[in-house]
Amino acid sequence: MTTPEDLKYTEEHEWLAAQAETVRLGITDYAQGQLGDVVFVELPEVGRTVNAGDPIGEVESTKSVSEIFAPVAGEITAVNNALDDTPELINSEPYGEGWIVELTPSDPNALDALLDAKAYQELTQND
Amino acid sequence: MGTPSPLHDVHTALGASFTDFAGWSMPLRYGSELAEHRAVREAAGLFDLSHMGEIELTGPEAGRALDHALVGNLAKLKVGRARYTMICDADGGVLDDLVVYRVGEDRYLVVANASNAVRVAGELVARAEGFDTEVVDRSREVALVACQGPRSAGIVGRVCDADLDALTYYGSAPTSIAGHDVLLARTGYTGEDGFEVFADAAHATDVWAALTDAGAADGLLPAGLAARDTLRLEAGMPLYGNELSAEMSPFDAGLGRVVKFDKDADFVGRAALAERAKNAADHVRVGLTGEGRRAPRHGYPVLDGDTPVGTVTSGALSPTLGHPIAMAYVPPSLSEPGTALSVDVRGKAFPVTVVALPFYQR
Repeated sequence: MTTPEDLKYTEEHEWLAAQAETVRLGITDYAQGQLGDVVFVELPEVGRTVNAGDPIGEVESTKSVSEIFAPVAGEITAVNNALDDTPELINSEPYGEGWIVELTPSDPNALDALLDAKAYQELTQND
Repeated sequence: MGTPSPLHDVHTALGASFTDFAGWSMPLRYGSELAEHRAVREAAGLFDLSHMGEIELTGPEAGRALDHALVGNLAKLKVGRARYTMICDADGGVLDDLVVYRVGEDRYLVVANASNAVRVAGELVARAEGFDTEVVDRSREVALVACQGPRSAGIVGRVCDADLDALTYYGSAPTSIAGHDVLLARTGYTGEDGFEVFADAAHATDVWAALTDAGAADGLLPAGLAARDTLRLEAGMPLYGNELSAEMSPFDAGLGRVVKFDKDADFVGRAALAERAKNAADHVRVGLTGEGRRAPRHGYPVLDGDTPVGTVTSGALSPTLGHPIAMAYVPPSLSEPGTALSVDVRGKAFPVTVVALPFYQR
C-alpha cells in the first residue's frame, strides 16, 4: 500500500492534490484495496457547487458501493470521464490516471485542516 | 477474527484479503476477483471451502434416517453418487440446501452451508433418533478444497489415479492426493466442470500444494469467496440467506423438484410442503438483466412502474457477460421472461428485464 507524502487525506479514504487553482481528488490505494475491483463510477456534474461532506459520486466494486464525499466546499471543475469505460484505473493507478474529480475550493486554505500522509497511515493501521 | 481455516497460513502467504463468514475467517480475494472469476471460466480456480459443514451419518439405517430428515430420496442413492437436496422445517420453510454424498453402503456425507452447519447437525441428530445410525459433525476435522474450471479435469488427473472419465457430474470416489486419503467429488458451485476434495484438515496444505503445482501451467489461480459468489450468481445457483430462507419453501425458490413426495418415508415438513406445492406462492424467484454497469444488489426493491413488487436477493455486474444480472423474488404474474420491471438503485429507477435462469451456461 502506498501513501504519497505530497498529498492530503481524509478519514473517508480520499486523497487531495493541490494544483494551481484547483484540487484533484481520488480514493487512496488502501481504499481501492478494500473495495476490490472497481466496476462502475458515478461522477458529478461539472459546475455543481458542493458543501463539505456532500456526496458527489459513487464507486461500485463487485461486492460493494461506496460514496465519494466532497472533502471541502467548492465547485466541481472537472471529472475523469476515462472512468466511464475504464473504472479499473482506480485499482491500477489510484493516485494517477484513476483520479475522480477536480474542484475549486471556496476557501483556498481548507486543505490545511486535512490529514497528512503520516496521520493517514496511522489511521489505516488502526483500522 | 473468525476461526481460521486449516489453510490460513497458505492464504496469508498468497496475500489474501480475508472476510469473516459464518464465524470463519476465509479468503475473500487474493488479487483481482475479476481475474479469479475469469480464471474459473477460462482455465481453473482453486478454492478453500473448509468453512462448509460436513456431517457424517453411518450405520445400517443412515439412508432411512436421511429420507425422514430431508426432502430428497437418499436411501435409493447409489454408492458413489451425490444429490442436491434440502432440509425443511415442519412448516415447509427451507433450513438449508445441502449436497448429500453416499460414500458407502452404510455411510453418507451431508455438506451444509457454513452459516447453517450447527443447526443442520443438530436437526439431523434429533431427526435420526430411533434409526440405527450415528450422526457426527466433522466440520472442524474436514477441509474442503475445490478445483473448478474447464481445465480442472486435467489438473486433478495429474495429482491422483482416480478414473475421471468414470467420475461423472455428481459422482464421488475415494482416492489419494499427495499421499493422503481423500474423497474426490465432481461437484461445485461455479457453473463449470469441477471437483471438490474432502481431506483431513491436517492434510489440507499438502492437497492445496499438489493442486497448485499441477495447475501452474494451466493458469490455475487461487480464488476467493468474492469470485465464488459472482460465479454461482451467473450460474443461477441460489445462496442460502439470499435466495433461500426459512420463510421460503423449495417451491417459492423454483426448486420444488427436490421435494420427493413419492418416496416411501414420511419426512419432516411433508404435510406443509404438500399444501405449499398446491397453493401458488406470493413471490417466485426470477432472473433480471439490465444495461450499463450499475448492479442491482441484495435488498434493493423491484418496481413495476412506481409500485414496489419484490426484492433483489443477489446482484452484480456479471464479469462474464459484461452487463448487470440479479436474482429477485417477484409475483408470479410478473415472472414471465421478457417482463419489463425496474429496480430502485438507491433512489433511481433502473430498468431491468425478467429472464430465464441461468444467466450463464457452459
